[in-house]
Amino acid sequence: MKFFFIVFFNGLTLAALYFIAACGFTLIFGLMRTVNMAHGALLLLGAYVGYEVVEITGLWTVGIIAGGLTSAIVGAAIQAYILGRYQGDELRQTLITIAISIIMADLMLWAWGGLTYQISLPEMLLGGVRLPILNVGYSSVRLTLMAMAAVTGILLWLLIAKTKLGIIIRAGVDDREMLQALGFETKKIFVIVFAIGGMLTGMAGVITGSALSIAPGTDMQFLLSSLVVVIVGGMGSIGGAALGALLIGMAEQYGLAYAPTYGVVFTFVIMIAVLAIRPQGLLGRSEK
Amino acid sequence: MNRFIILLLIICSVLPVFAADFWLTQILSRSIILGVMALSLTFLTAYLGVVSFAQVTLAGIAGYTIAYFSANTAGIGAELPWVFAVLLALFFSTIAGALVGLIARQSVGIYSIMITLAISMAFFYFTRQNYSVFNGWTGFSGISAPSVMGLDLGAPVVFYYVCLFTGALATLFVVKFSSSPLGLSIQGVRDAARRVRAIGIPTSPVIVSAYAFSGLIAGMAGILNVWHQERVSSFSVGLGPTIDVLIISVIGGMRHPLGAFIGAITYVMIDTFAIDLISRDRFNTVIGLVLLLIVIAAPEGILGILKSVKERIKKIVLN
Repeated sequence: MKFFFIVFFNGLTLAALYFIAACGFTLIFGLMRTVNMAHGALLLLGAYVGYEVVEITGLWTVGIIAGGLTSAIVGAAIQAYILGRYQGDELRQTLITIAISIIMADLMLWAWGGLTYQISLPEMLLGGVRLPILNVGYSSVRLTLMAMAAVTGILLWLLIAKTKLGIIIRAGVDDREMLQALGFETKKIFVIVFAIGGMLTGMAGVITGSALSIAPGTDMQFLLSSLVVVIVGGMGSIGGAALGALLIGMAEQYGLAYAPTYGVVFTFVIMIAVLAIRPQGLLGRSEK
Repeated sequence: MNRFIILLLIICSVLPVFAADFWLTQILSRSIILGVMALSLTFLTAYLGVVSFAQVTLAGIAGYTIAYFSANTAGIGAELPWVFAVLLALFFSTIAGALVGLIARQSVGIYSIMITLAISMAFFYFTRQNYSVFNGWTGFSGISAPSVMGLDLGAPVVFYYVCLFTGALATLFVVKFSSSPLGLSIQGVRDAARRVRAIGIPTSPVIVSAYAFSGLIAGMAGILNVWHQERVSSFSVGLGPTIDVLIISVIGGMRHPLGAFIGAITYVMIDTFAIDLISRDRFNTVIGLVLLLIVIAAPEGILGILKSVKERIKKIVLN
């Protein structure tokens, strides 16, 4: 029983990480219908920059901000200078982001080599706590990760549900042409949303680099996990991303614990089941 | 176009007279194999209107089948006469194609990309985990092309002709299939799925059969690939090769089966000779930039560029 709960907590931690990583992806997709295949590359870039900054300043908070800002700027530039021109041509945008992700991954390999990096955590997160009832040790990092996921989710929800920008974004999701007709500069809004999405992604990278580690290949790993999370949860929905992350994180950890060889297959089975029953994802809205 | 294809085939079939073994094996045979693989994607994109990332997976399934049923150094599987192994490989890749189609049948556009990508990655991780059939991370090696009546199919010149024949056959299949009633229904689904349903043709079987057919084509490439590489492993079905095949299709152009082969030869040439121009390590940056340029400047690929050049020349001649 104890084992069961430990696995549960591990699943929760992983879900938190997946959720944080998928947020930027689903936000961008939700408004612009752009499948940002450079998502993983932006995440890894943020993580590398975060690592460098933490190494220099020794301050983790500065690192996460630097990582987030870098990815935000790169993301905004991609949207402003390249993707923006092909708005509505989704397939072309996808191919463009694939090309960008290939180039970025290769340049990052050039700059940082094939080594594995781990971002050092602030002192206060290094210890562990003893969980009540279960009486097992649990590292603070993992608890912090869950808190971060919760905070990210709530902030993002507040942004979308309560702010003016959020209202514009939601209006854009429902009817892009009408929003444009009302005099809102969708081009500018798209760049802003891409910047926010990039920011979230870069920060997720730094968090990933601290909780786990980063190396070439991390980009594709998290692109894939974000894809699956978002497919399962429903594209463009924050709640869906949370639900998807929870399902996938749990499936992966329980799979790893009880059927070590085929943990990854559970993820896949969940995805197929969801696609068969609700092609738009659990909390996604139907396109028609 | 048909005259052009026949001319091309004639040129290709006399090439072994001039070309060295390196060119035959590393450039031409490899290009044709990658071309057939890309063709299976081009078929889906041109006629069904979806982009699938699962084609390398389907080719890999055929490759694994060949490896499992041939002599290999992994010590897994059972040796079968090569004809049976080939037939089984094509059978499995077709069935797998149908399965992918079944899963992805309701998705188009970007959704089909994401779903097929997830399927192919799931297969990739599965091959790494499974040791009883796929031999995990290392996979199979030491597989050689069979000898048919004393003729070693693996010898450079013979293998080149095998590839050329398969490439021509695959192209013929695609051209003939696309003008068959089923092929026309597939194009109908691409253009107006609702109307196809309205005249009483259920769309799901049509979509599934399109994927199954693409599985057959991918399987042909997969068999050649495993004979060419003499091994198959989780890396053969990883993200790298998957994206390569997409790049090849996009570079070549998806409007005509020939595009796949034009893209493949371009890709292989860059892959082989970029080492002379820039550092070998930066190949991905070069190929990424080429892809970016093609997608931005010439969305119909090299085939599209050739076409517009041809039209321009025609205009000049007419004037």
